[in-house]
Amino acid sequence: MGASELADRPATGASPVPDPRDEITDFLSPMRAFAISLTRNMSSADDLVQDTIVKAWSNIDKFQPGTNMQAWLFTILRNTFYSDRRKHRREVPDPDGIHAAALFEMPAHHGRLAFNDFKLAFDQLSVEHREVLILVGASGFSTEQTAEMIGVAVGTVKSRTSRARKRLAELMGLEGEEDIMGPGERTTPAVTKPGQFVV
Amino acid sequence: MQQQMGDDQKKSRLTEQIDENLKRVYDEILKEQVPDRFKDLLAQLKEKERRH
Repeated sequence: MGASELADRPATGASPVPDPRDEITDFLSPMRAFAISLTRNMSSADDLVQDTIVKAWSNIDKFQPGTNMQAWLFTILRNTFYSDRRKHRREVPDPDGIHAAALFEMPAHHGRLAFNDFKLAFDQLSVEHREVLILVGASGFSTEQTAEMIGVAVGTVKSRTSRARKRLAELMGLEGEEDIMGPGERTTPAVTKPGQFVV
Repeated sequence: MQQQMGDDQKKSRLTEQIDENLKRVYDEILKEQVPDRFKDLLAQLKEKERRH
């Protein structure tokens, strides 16, 4: 299928068309950040990025030039992640993070939480919640783009994002009107070593 | 579907703070050095194709 599509492409002798695969290298950092957010494990994350690169390379004919390359790579990455997860069933399904929450008692500093506490709370979220928060909250994808990447309705992304934020606030013992971090902590961010984010 | 104004304001403030922290978590990883294995892999894939 891929070969015949390639053969049908117009001749490109006159003006060489840039290979979109050359762009993959620009998205290694974001792919890795997304992979770490999903796996919460450096070596699993790097394996996931590696698999994503190989898949993207061999399926480049499915990428539509002019569309968002990062969104395309992220889609491959998360699909690979979920399919590996189904195969190995390493992680116990825990959509509400109840199991994870039971393992870790959050300190109850009302209104003044250090950045590390935020990260611990984030790591307790279910993978679906982490995913949607990273895509919408941190990577700056629109709800429409995220919906397309995850393969769900826009409304589902919106409600999932809102539940994820609520869950995160709950995990930090916040009701909704309080500051997560005091101004002091905000100006002096917690210094973390690489890998400390991974629990 | 319309929500109370006060509730909305509270939510947006919390959302803002959560997103600010999410960006920091994300940016922290972005700043990390990407292992060479990925660039090596891309070079290998390119080289393999050239030989075919």
